[in-house]
Amino acid sequence: MFNFTGFWALFIKEVRRFYSVLVQTVFAPVVSTLLYLLVFGQVIASQIETYSGLSYSQFLIPGLVMMAILQNAFANTSSSLIQSKMHGNLTFVLLSPISPFEFYLAFVAASIVRGLAVGLGILVVGAIWFDLTWLEPLWIILFAILSAAMMGGLGMLAGIVSEKYDHLAAFQNFIIMPLTFLSGVFYSIHALPEFWQQASHFNPFFYMVDGFRYGFFQQSDVSIYLSLTVTTVFVVLVSAINLILLNKGVKIRQ
Amino acid sequence: MALAVQFNQVVKNYEDLQALKGVSFDVEEGAFFGLLGPNGAGKSTLINAMSGLVVPTSGNIQVQSYDVISDYRKTRRLLGLVPQELIADPFFSIKELLELQSGYFGMKGAEQKRWIGELLERLALSDKADANTSQLSGGMKRRVLIAMALVHKPKVLVLDEPTAGVDVDLRRTLWEFTKELHQQGHTIILTTHYLEEAEALCDRVAIMQKGQIKALDDTQTLLSKHPYRYLRVNVTNPKVDLIAPLAERLVEKESNGFVFQVDKTSSMTETLGLMEKSGLDVTDVSSRDATLEEVFLDLTSEGGV
Repeated sequence: MFNFTGFWALFIKEVRRFYSVLVQTVFAPVVSTLLYLLVFGQVIASQIETYSGLSYSQFLIPGLVMMAILQNAFANTSSSLIQSKMHGNLTFVLLSPISPFEFYLAFVAASIVRGLAVGLGILVVGAIWFDLTWLEPLWIILFAILSAAMMGGLGMLAGIVSEKYDHLAAFQNFIIMPLTFLSGVFYSIHALPEFWQQASHFNPFFYMVDGFRYGFFQQSDVSIYLSLTVTTVFVVLVSAINLILLNKGVKIRQ
Repeated sequence: MALAVQFNQVVKNYEDLQALKGVSFDVEEGAFFGLLGPNGAGKSTLINAMSGLVVPTSGNIQVQSYDVISDYRKTRRLLGLVPQELIADPFFSIKELLELQSGYFGMKGAEQKRWIGELLERLALSDKADANTSQLSGGMKRRVLIAMALVHKPKVLVLDEPTAGVDVDLRRTLWEFTKELHQQGHTIILTTHYLEEAEALCDRVAIMQKGQIKALDDTQTLLSKHPYRYLRVNVTNPKVDLIAPLAERLVEKESNGFVFQVDKTSSMTETLGLMEKSGLDVTDVSSRDATLEEVFLDLTSEGGV
């Protein structure tokens, strides 16, 4: 039976953890992402091809919002887990009757909250400066939540396998960062040479950005249903891997 | 007597080390059980396997007949572990940690809040309830860990080296507290390096070495089964050379005498005769049984009985 009180306590703990350092976990990523908007939106806007009828800044904002959601959802689970492992306080949770599924759900739910909080901050500021449209809000919400869940799960995976902060930094800088930067946040893939257009289709983050952007403009590089399918498949895949590792206690219950 | 914990052929292999080599024994309900052994004997691995912090390679462990792997929700509610390492969480105060931990066990409401207040009071933590755990002294962190282990009112309390690194006053306080918990009906499992502590508190002890149980018995039986007693001899001429048969029995030399280890079955008259032959001018002789420390050293030294 689902231990709801246990799940809820762990979820609240994870939310309060990032809330207690809000400047670092929410405000700083909002400001740094807005700097991208300032630099890219103002300086190189004229050199980049987007969808018809849209200014580059309008095009860029949903991409930046999604990038922030992805990076912060990942950061929340991964940093929380590795800090708990390093400080040893993960022991408190491991001694409790919380199941691997409840554990996973609580961590990922908290990462969704953080991802959405940062994304919303950027969106609000972006909407004040620029004329944004919200043609399909349900797609926006769906892709925001699914993508944050996927990245929260990926963050947990990184937190599980990492034995020190260095491992996590490698994961973040050599995998997450390049994949988010090359996911079409700053451009439509149709503006890329043929090879790079094809290569982009192998990047799962591309579908998350593309589907999310569709919610704003009803325009996308690939079908919204393809993006939804790929994103959902990755959420399920990452969740399944995590649950297998948590059930076996890999690198956690040594 | 019902069993609180059963270890059945528990094996734990790490890459290049077998930490537990098929450990089997039972702990009865209501016991004050001591698990002793040198560093690296496997005590913490065994306790962590029971608590779910380590997955055993093979064998099984049951707590009140529930398996710690397949019935982990039940066994973790029955167990409270005070881990050896001093753990802190820099994001939360003591009270917040206790409330969160209660939540993990599905416990909330006014009754639970009252219990948390009682724990804080009993462990002299009330005035630090809102302090961050990372700001606490080692002794206070230890008390927080005890409160965390008791927050869900477990039947079996497991203390892994609870008095390591704490001052004498706190050690005595913790002794009294664990004795009180035992009298209230808790089963207590204690690992300790302080054998005086085990001797004073535990009614039954197991001695582990290299992942195996070397001895397991009631404390008093284990002490009485030890084949030696100890003679403390005060003399006026401690610098005299002892004759060989007596020198072989010497375990400690003091400024005004000696301590000899004597076979319980040997004749006291013979030993006193050897002293006379050595020319010792004896002023006092006292005899005592082995302490747990001596039994422990005897069992864990290479080639020991």
